[in-house]
Amino acid sequence: MSTVDADARPVVGRGFRLQWEPAQNAHVLLYPEGMVRLNTSAGEIMRRCDGEHTVAEIVADLERTFEATGLAGDVTAFVAFALERKWLELRS
Amino acid sequence: MNAVSPIDEARRRAGPPLWLLLELTYRCPLHCVYCSNPVEFARVEQELETHEWLRVLREARALGAVQLGLSGGEPLQRKDLEEIVAEARRLGFYTNLITSGIGLNETRIRALKEAGLDHIQLSFQDSTRELNDFLSSTRTFELKARAAELIRRHDYPMVLNVVLHRLNIDHVGEILEMAERIGAEYVELANTQFYGWAWLNRDRLLPSREQVERAEQVTRAFRERVGERMRIYFVVPDYFERRPKACMNGLGSVFLTIAPDGLALPCHSARMLPGLALPNVREASIEWIWYDSPGFNRFRGFGWMKEPCRSCPEKEKDFGGCRCQAYLLTGDAENADPVCDLSPHHHLVTEAVARAAQPQETEKPQVTEKPVLFYRDRRNSEMLSLS
Repeated sequence: MSTVDADARPVVGRGFRLQWEPAQNAHVLLYPEGMVRLNTSAGEIMRRCDGEHTVAEIVADLERTFEATGLAGDVTAFVAFALERKWLELRS
Repeated sequence: MNAVSPIDEARRRAGPPLWLLLELTYRCPLHCVYCSNPVEFARVEQELETHEWLRVLREARALGAVQLGLSGGEPLQRKDLEEIVAEARRLGFYTNLITSGIGLNETRIRALKEAGLDHIQLSFQDSTRELNDFLSSTRTFELKARAAELIRRHDYPMVLNVVLHRLNIDHVGEILEMAERIGAEYVELANTQFYGWAWLNRDRLLPSREQVERAEQVTRAFRERVGERMRIYFVVPDYFERRPKACMNGLGSVFLTIAPDGLALPCHSARMLPGLALPNVREASIEWIWYDSPGFNRFRGFGWMKEPCRSCPEKEKDFGGCRCQAYLLTGDAENADPVCDLSPHHHLVTEAVARAAQPQETEKPQVTEKPVLFYRDRRNSEMLSLS
């Protein structure tokens, strides 16, 4: 799997839309004629991917919010996974 | 506590209608021989009015519907399409327009974009003007190319849908090249499913196994050449499979279709199923229709199944296949989909496939010598719905 730079600024990919669905009690990622229901951690990561914040900042924010440490590995792995599927793009 | 009946159990377990398909109109400038619209569409009168469509959107969204397909017929025939899109988008739907592109122009695409339309899927009938126009009984190929250009210019992903069948499947290489030329990012090569007009024309449209295999090969080779640039989905025709498709993921599980006259359907073909009491949005709420109406509970769960489905370990995977196909081929919608080789009626499918291996008389469509096909038009519809 490709590595993701901590300075990279991921953003939801073109043609995709991320939104909270009360009926499913989850964040979902919508795309042409399809939908991915995200689990809690994927949803929390994706909704911070606004093209403004770096991966490092997103990790820091998650660790602060959830009073956790050592999330960088999981977050980076998810971002790489999402980039492969074009759920996310990198803004340079 | 009383015992819970199987129907109550199925009803309780029904999730929300995540996928809402609005067939806004059966009017269409094309007359495609494989159209999935009901053969008796000319009898369907009194399309819903704008405010009724908007109410459908609000009620379905409140239940959790989130993917919205706008189709028909040709949805661009509705002058209020932009208004419907705007309300859908405001409510949080992901809005997909499924169109032939006929009627799309600069003014309308701009208005649709402003209304928040997320996505456009454009259909082509073939890569050549001759066959495109022949199959749709129109002169539309150039109009479609123009629609593709508008879609590109307005920064929508280029998503093409081409329905494949006996008369065009040998052109799959040229179809993919055409798609590449117009900058397609996604191409769906959807083999004809035999309902509606396609069922009527089945023997003319069903390809031979050899044709299907060749088309798959060509598609694979093309995919390797273009790589990530273009995603190609080749939907294998189910007549050539040994297990049925999980049609609609089971009726009443995620899909809700509203027909132009307000009839609510658990799949867009279900109007044909005899004895299925289908509700109408003019008379009932979407909530009642989805969760409580007899029509939507009829095929929920597994209680309705007959053998061999009832005791089949794969029933949770394919839900017995397609009810409409079971009905069309065997006369009983509760039977296993005959595509399944465990069905006692499977021979009906293999016989059709065997017939398709034989050459047909008017194999190469020529403008001067047309094979006998029922074009989907009003006159044929009126004539065929008399019987």
